[in-house]
Amino acid sequence: MDAHIKYRIGKSSAFQIVTILFAAACVVPLLAILYYIISAGISKVDWNFITNVEKPVGEVGGGIAHALVGSMLIILGASVIAIPLGILCGIFLSENKKSRLAYWSRLSVDILQGVPSIVIGIVAYIWIVKPLGYSAISGSIALSIMMLPIIIRSTEETLKMLPDSLREAAFALGVPFHRVILKVIVPCGISGILSGVMLSIARIAGETAPLLFTAFGYQFLSTNMAKPMETLPHLIFKYAITPYKDWQDLAWGASCILLLWVLLLNIFTKLITRRWKVQL
Amino acid sequence: MESTIVKSVDYNAYFGDNHVVKNVNIEIPKNNVVAVMGPSGCGKTTFLRGINRMHELIPGATAKGKILLNGEDVMEMHPIFVRLKIGMVFQRPNPFPNLSIYDNVIAGYKLNGIKLPKAEKDRIVEHSLTRVALWKEVKDSLTKKGSFLSGGQQQRLCIARAVAMEPEVLLFDEPTSALDPISTSTVEELFHELKKNYTLIIVTHNMQQAARVSDKTAFFYMGELVEYDNTKKMFTNPSDIRTQNYITGRFS
Repeated sequence: MDAHIKYRIGKSSAFQIVTILFAAACVVPLLAILYYIISAGISKVDWNFITNVEKPVGEVGGGIAHALVGSMLIILGASVIAIPLGILCGIFLSENKKSRLAYWSRLSVDILQGVPSIVIGIVAYIWIVKPLGYSAISGSIALSIMMLPIIIRSTEETLKMLPDSLREAAFALGVPFHRVILKVIVPCGISGILSGVMLSIARIAGETAPLLFTAFGYQFLSTNMAKPMETLPHLIFKYAITPYKDWQDLAWGASCILLLWVLLLNIFTKLITRRWKVQL
Repeated sequence: MESTIVKSVDYNAYFGDNHVVKNVNIEIPKNNVVAVMGPSGCGKTTFLRGINRMHELIPGATAKGKILLNGEDVMEMHPIFVRLKIGMVFQRPNPFPNLSIYDNVIAGYKLNGIKLPKAEKDRIVEHSLTRVALWKEVKDSLTKKGSFLSGGQQQRLCIARAVAMEPEVLLFDEPTSALDPISTSTVEELFHELKKNYTLIIVTHNMQQAARVSDKTAFFYMGELVEYDNTKKMFTNPSDIRTQNYITGRFS
């Protein structure tokens, strides 16, 4: 009897230790990547690196300014398309849980989330690039398609968590539907909605595949959305596969910048989620 | 002579095929407190929510018949207009968590986009909070969020929010069932004050509460209005055997 209980206690602690070990193991890859990229890349990052554009092989002091500006512009373009669409769609899904349109819409969003990014790139290529040529805006459209499912789902999930009593309180005061949504429901769920938006931006910031055949890449600083544009992930891809040491170093530096950018976005998301959380 | 403010004529309410309120005819006199009691699932809450057209917000819910407010059929009016005239307080206190106490009181104006001068807003807030005996307790913390208050205070805040719109009728859906006894008695005392200016319809599970606070009582059973009379008569000499059985606790 005593031995049996000891055996069970032993089994229980063994299980606990295993879960702790595995939890710790999940942190290892992230730390390893962070360490490797920062140690290889941080030495290349300086003011010139951020403010200069591409230089020919052999010339010192090439930079990634054109890619930084390009990435920001393309992400901005994608956000302008995806944020309003995504939030409105999320509101519809949370307000009309059972309608037929909501069912199909939700299914499409789920499937869209699983579509490989390269496929989205190809589709954008066929739809937009083939008739109009390579352009930054086509890259924005491809990326906005990737942002949509994340924004829609997080908006829907956040708003669904809000109690019905909140809606009723507003309706009982004679508030019309659109104002109930805009003045009560959205403000109460704003932290969840924003965190979805930020996560979707973090998600697409490093996306390369859809940009390969849309924004295409460019070696000069450009702000023309109708023309090809360089982006950070594409620049890393382009430099990393060259045989030149200088350019490979640039790729490491750019990776470091991109990683820090995404990391900061994630930390920022956590902060605003906490700051703007409405206590129900 | 008391004038009738709310009158229902052959009012029926449904959830899909489920007939929950059956042919209710009732006349509510002005400046009275009317208690609506009955066992769970008897349709009393559904009837109450029918009066300010909240019933139809639930998917699949429909209603037939007439609800007259001062002789005008609310079923013909726009629901938004109806809800400005007939305020409602819910079972669980539901202040807006994103708004301050001050803004919660004037939420009906704020959320409807009605612009008021600051002095007018201050007046409404103080007046409404005084009406619900909350002003003294919260006058120094008006900028704090509504969820900062205790449950009983939150419920009084919700009543202030409804009162601030100066409605003609106030509906209460089991307003004290989520409150402790002390908060409950505070809210009950309010009813006596509020009826000077408004007509109150209160759904309650609690028979003692109905007896304490109301002038008239309606008894609902299985979706029907079984009996409706002066509270004193209902509790001492009910005409219907079902009312008598309910009051004496033979079923609930």
